[in-house]
Amino acid sequence: MFTIFRKEIADHFNSTRFLILLCLVVCVALLTTYTVSMNLRSEISGGAKIEYLFLMLFTTSGQFFSLTQFIAFFGPLIGIIMGFDAINRERSAGTLSKLLSQPVYRDAIINAKFLAGIVTIAIMFASLVLLLSGLGMVAIGVVPSGQEAARLAVYMLISIAYVGFWLGMAILFSIILRSIGTAALASVALWIFVSFFVGFGSGLIADVVAPADQNNPEMMLKNARIAAAIGRVSPVNLYSDATSTIMDPYRKTTKSFVLVGPMERISMSRFNNPLSLLQSILVVAPYLTTLVALTAVCFAVSYLVFMRQEVRSI
Amino acid sequence: MAAVIETHELTKIYGRQKAVDHLTFEVRQGEIFGFLGPNGAGKTTTILMLLGLSEPTSGSSHVLGFDPVREPLKVKERVGFMPENVGFYDDMTGRANLQYVARLNSLPDSVSKKRIDDALEKVKLANEANKPVGAYSRGMRQRLGIAEVLIKNPKLIILDEPTMGLDPEGINSTLDLIKLLSVEEGISILLCSHLLHQTQKVCDRVGILNQGSLVAKGTIEELARDGIQLAAPAAGQAEGTTLSLEDIYMRYFQEE
Repeated sequence: MFTIFRKEIADHFNSTRFLILLCLVVCVALLTTYTVSMNLRSEISGGAKIEYLFLMLFTTSGQFFSLTQFIAFFGPLIGIIMGFDAINRERSAGTLSKLLSQPVYRDAIINAKFLAGIVTIAIMFASLVLLLSGLGMVAIGVVPSGQEAARLAVYMLISIAYVGFWLGMAILFSIILRSIGTAALASVALWIFVSFFVGFGSGLIADVVAPADQNNPEMMLKNARIAAAIGRVSPVNLYSDATSTIMDPYRKTTKSFVLVGPMERISMSRFNNPLSLLQSILVVAPYLTTLVALTAVCFAVSYLVFMRQEVRSI
Repeated sequence: MAAVIETHELTKIYGRQKAVDHLTFEVRQGEIFGFLGPNGAGKTTTILMLLGLSEPTSGSSHVLGFDPVREPLKVKERVGFMPENVGFYDDMTGRANLQYVARLNSLPDSVSKKRIDDALEKVKLANEANKPVGAYSRGMRQRLGIAEVLIKNPKLIILDEPTMGLDPEGINSTLDLIKLLSVEEGISILLCSHLLHQTQKVCDRVGILNQGSLVAKGTIEELARDGIQLAAPAAGQAEGTTLSLEDIYMRYFQEE
């Protein structure tokens, strides 16, 4: 398995598409970090240093979006691009039957491919976060505290799990669908569906099931709850909820408040202290578990389908 | 002579279709066995079962003494298989492709280097070894496929349509190479093809497969004799003339 793994990793790093993807991600990330740091600098100069300033590099939006939003939106594409032709390219090139006639277990092929993808993603994220941290340190002149560094590390793990889910999804499609083009389109279609339509759809369904009534707080609450529950089907929502809590210690819950009276708001801001890292992790643990579980399910299905597929069709 | 492949009542059913129907045959040590039949006769299915890539519905087989269902890895370690339309990683060089296969067979690099050089020499690709496979002609790919099979020092080689899509010259050199491997290295070879006149030049024995069952097997002379007994000689063909495999083949399928 290690042999296949090594070759797959080499393939990923040598491939043109990976280079293009990496360039794109790095360019956007650098640009965003740069504008954000410039904004932050002008805003905070003269004042006292805000706690967790460093994390704001990643969470406040620059020109259009913040870095975490960018990854939430763009991450799936990375996973899809790395996985959509994993198996069916080998099939159409005739190398799959050759691979299978060598003394390797059949699952070694799919394990190695999945692992190589995850490792590539991990390397990509790690270097990206380190690069941006370095840039941020120079640009705003603030060194991250241990707490912040730990939060960044957790953020990275969640991101890897998130992109890993999409990688698993793409590999699954590459096993089920014979044609490379169809597999790519199917993955992209699913991505767009969960990124955009689940968001619209959850609002629509919630309005039908429990119409929001301005004068009836219970109905409004119910409406919001239903919308949130449906939204959680989408890994994109899971990811953005989880990361925004990790990256912003002042967020104590992933839920948004529907109705907050003026007095409540005052009392909330009086006790507005940052959560400790452990508490933040506790808040997002269910989200993280779901993400990892989704990835595991994707992989398990791919594994089963691949192991049971008749070789005749290979 | 010991048998390297033995099958007993091997059967594979896909849905309602019998791809291979109670197939019993053997390939002896050191011979070239031609496994012949029209497209869809069940040749590839049989090979897949022999390699443990597909499970037989019933029946059993032994390859080099191992049961492919129980010990597929042991079979795959010892048997070289070249699939129909052999595939390579086009962006890698010929040598790198062979190196990859050697690593998959867990050969240490020190051993594989020599074997790769030898194999490339044998198939006359030593000068082209460092070009990407994408630039290879069809004949060169086919020869690289044979080199790849040789990397693991197999006792048995299974070739699925090795001459398909080649020009006459390519066909001849491929067949010569196959003969050479059998004569000089003593490797047993199972050669699958639907092109009869080519295979009769190199095969020691042949088996003719139709709709999943073996309709005839033996040396070409034996088959020619039986063929005459089976059917009345065709008009204009004198009794006692040696038939080519083509004639035998046509007879069997005319009877259907």
